[in-house]
Amino acid sequence: MLTLKVNGQSLETDASPDTPLLWVLRDHLGMTGTKFGCGQSLCGACTVHVDGSATRSCVTPVENVVGKEIRTIEGLSKDRSHPVQKAWMELDVPQCGYCQSGQIMSATALLERNPNPTDADIDSAMAGNICRCGTYPRIRAAIHKAADMMKGGAK
Amino acid sequence: MSSLPTDLSLGRRNFLKGSLLAGGGLLIGITLGGCAKPAPTGPGGSPVAWLHIGADNAITILIDKSEMGQGVYTSLPMLIAEELDVPLSMVKVEVAPADKAFINTFLGTMITGGSTSIREGWGKLRTAGAAARAMLVGAAADAWKVDPAQIKVADAKLLGPSGQSATFGEMAEAASKRATPKDATPKAAKDFNLVGKATPRLDTPSKVDGSAEYGIDVKLPGMKYAALAQSPVLGGKLKSVDASAAEKMPGVVKIVTTASGVAVVADHYWQAHSARDALKITWEDGPNAHLTTASMRTGLATAKGSPLTARKDGLGAAGIKGGKKTVSATYELPIRAHATMEPMNCTADVRADGCDIYVGTQIQQVAQGVAATAAGVAPEKVHVHTTMLGGGFGRRLEVDFIPAAVEASKAVGVPVKLIWTREDDFTHDAYGPPAHNAASASLDASGNPAAVHLNIVSPSITARMFPTVVAKPGTVDPFMVEAAANYLYDAPNVQVDVLRHEIGINVGYLRSVSHQLNAFMVESFMDELAHAAGKDPFEYRRELLTKQPRAKRVLEEAASKANWGKAGAGTHQGIAVMEGYGTYLAAVADVTMVDGKAKVQKITCVVDCGQKVNPSIVESQIVSGMVFGLPQALWSEITLDGGKVQQTNFDSYRVVRMNDVPTFDVVMIDSSEAPGGIGEPSVAVVAPAIANAIFAGTGKRVRELPLAKSGLV
Repeated sequence: MLTLKVNGQSLETDASPDTPLLWVLRDHLGMTGTKFGCGQSLCGACTVHVDGSATRSCVTPVENVVGKEIRTIEGLSKDRSHPVQKAWMELDVPQCGYCQSGQIMSATALLERNPNPTDADIDSAMAGNICRCGTYPRIRAAIHKAADMMKGGAK
Repeated sequence: MSSLPTDLSLGRRNFLKGSLLAGGGLLIGITLGGCAKPAPTGPGGSPVAWLHIGADNAITILIDKSEMGQGVYTSLPMLIAEELDVPLSMVKVEVAPADKAFINTFLGTMITGGSTSIREGWGKLRTAGAAARAMLVGAAADAWKVDPAQIKVADAKLLGPSGQSATFGEMAEAASKRATPKDATPKAAKDFNLVGKATPRLDTPSKVDGSAEYGIDVKLPGMKYAALAQSPVLGGKLKSVDASAAEKMPGVVKIVTTASGVAVVADHYWQAHSARDALKITWEDGPNAHLTTASMRTGLATAKGSPLTARKDGLGAAGIKGGKKTVSATYELPIRAHATMEPMNCTADVRADGCDIYVGTQIQQVAQGVAATAAGVAPEKVHVHTTMLGGGFGRRLEVDFIPAAVEASKAVGVPVKLIWTREDDFTHDAYGPPAHNAASASLDASGNPAAVHLNIVSPSITARMFPTVVAKPGTVDPFMVEAAANYLYDAPNVQVDVLRHEIGINVGYLRSVSHQLNAFMVESFMDELAHAAGKDPFEYRRELLTKQPRAKRVLEEAASKANWGKAGAGTHQGIAVMEGYGTYLAAVADVTMVDGKAKVQKITCVVDCGQKVNPSIVESQIVSGMVFGLPQALWSEITLDGGKVQQTNFDSYRVVRMNDVPTFDVVMIDSSEAPGGIGEPSVAVVAPAIANAIFAGTGKRVRELPLAKSGLV
């Protein structure tokens, strides 16, 4: 049995230690907000935070994150009140929506370490997250909007 | 309560869940039999739209199109909400089951594709909404013994002339017992309160908190997971399998030989995935064992046979002879993958009494049919639950990933979720078709086309997927001549020919289908003609669009918005115009050349798609199409060697990322024309606009996609 700290909760799993965190979250813990896209750390759909860093859960063996703080899209807020979620809603960013959990987690990690990202910062932080629907321009605008909201004290 | 027909009422989890019936309330089925336009769906006059009005006055609309990002769960209910004069916030969406009542009148089966959702719903759903409104008003008029004309409707309430008031909920039972009016007329555009206004998508909240349920997220009690091993050579078959090692791996429940490969069923997905790698399989490579990209291209270039003529004006191709000046060019296009973000998957639950499948599909009745065959039950025993689609782009018009899930569930007696890996997805797609397109023309004394001949050589998707459409000898596949048979420019002699040449592997509908193959030919060629005539490519096109006012207008506005000809030193511009799906659009690409490589800086796109339902969604779809078209213009190609696909993941198949995105400048023309499709057309104008800009910058004409193969990208 492994014990994981996910979204502030202690959760146990009988998954084998080499199982990617993605599949432990989805299949074993029933948290399907984190998506499978490529399995090779190439598309970012599976992005979660591990100790605050954007991490591709599809290539992260679960044994590597025991004892670390794991945050998923489900843990961002209880009521879509995180500024990134609010900005995403205000600009109606998602289309098919499949990549958006990963986009939001990457954007949140970016804003937590850089509250005032430039377009170049956004390019660099978000280049690992593919969106086939082409929501990139709205993602960029939403990141700037979320940055503004966070500066304004919104939580 | 009006009764549900039995074929809709049993076991339809999506249909029944939530408030639709469980919470009481009333269901109104709107039957549009007898209407001249739009054509009635539902053979036998079965309802084409279902409205449920709850005791709490909540209004639920059954939506028969799949939500794959294009916004149908918002824009289609807007059409009904507009007619009912209810705010969209009061409307809930439920997903329709597979049923002939939901046949797409444009395409002949229940299908989300061809950029038809709004075009089809525009007549059907507004008329249904108007009919439902008339039924509610009629019920109130009878109850209050007043003239229906005296009743006003606002915020889901009926208001009588002497202060009478009732909610829709209070009048729904009486309304549901009334006959559907035959003459219900939707509102005139001047009366729209909702249609035409940028309106937040109803599915956005669930897509920012991870709660939206895609096929891959479905959870059923007792469910197992499966991974599938398929022949690496396309079209190959299983010869033998040694599962002895895989069977002993942790969590493995059963190894199931299916029609499409070997499925490993396990307690968890990663166990199934790991055990799949332990299978020792010998494949029979089949007829594609020696297929390569080179042999495919040679086959297309040397294809023999009599082309079919899709269009002939005047003398057609014969008009080229004796022209002042002739120009000929050949354009080559590769096969491409769909690469939806959600890999293919299906969850099946086969029981003695039938089968449920939970799947992101664009084609419910066909999905139902293949699941029925795999389960060995009658189609009506298969209940199709359409989930959210993590991208469609035509990939989910295919049903190749469904039967193995059904076979696996049948073999183990519990629900099974079968998930393809990204590698499975890239290497077993139904690829966007290749083409070998030849154009030739003669110019008159003033440089204008005297005759234009377009000759398309490409495989037919339709012949495989909808064979009856092209069964009659001499029938042109309409999905092969898009953006070619409608050649927009003035020319006394025009001929458009098409030769079907199959390539041995399945090709499939890929967002914008042959528009992007043929627009690359036509719009590159028009540029070549302009240069041959010594004219500016924009002016040349503009002067030849005398019979196409909508095309001419978008062209002019695009040139104006993009500062055509005045872009500044170092910026090279290319232009393209097209009509597709009833939508007219023009694009100008701004390209800079750095160290001999083109970089796309900006694409200006001006679109006349007629009446817009939700401009925010329309804008997002125009941008979406361009982002989809961009990598196909620049980089994307699937190559074959020994019948195997060589691109397996996003490292070898490059798509657009955040840092690749140019500036998009989108202008939407105000128009009261009937709505055109918007999900696909902008895909197709990107490549010719960029190729034309590269010519402007380098003098080099690139006639092959992806443009990177020229070394200029």
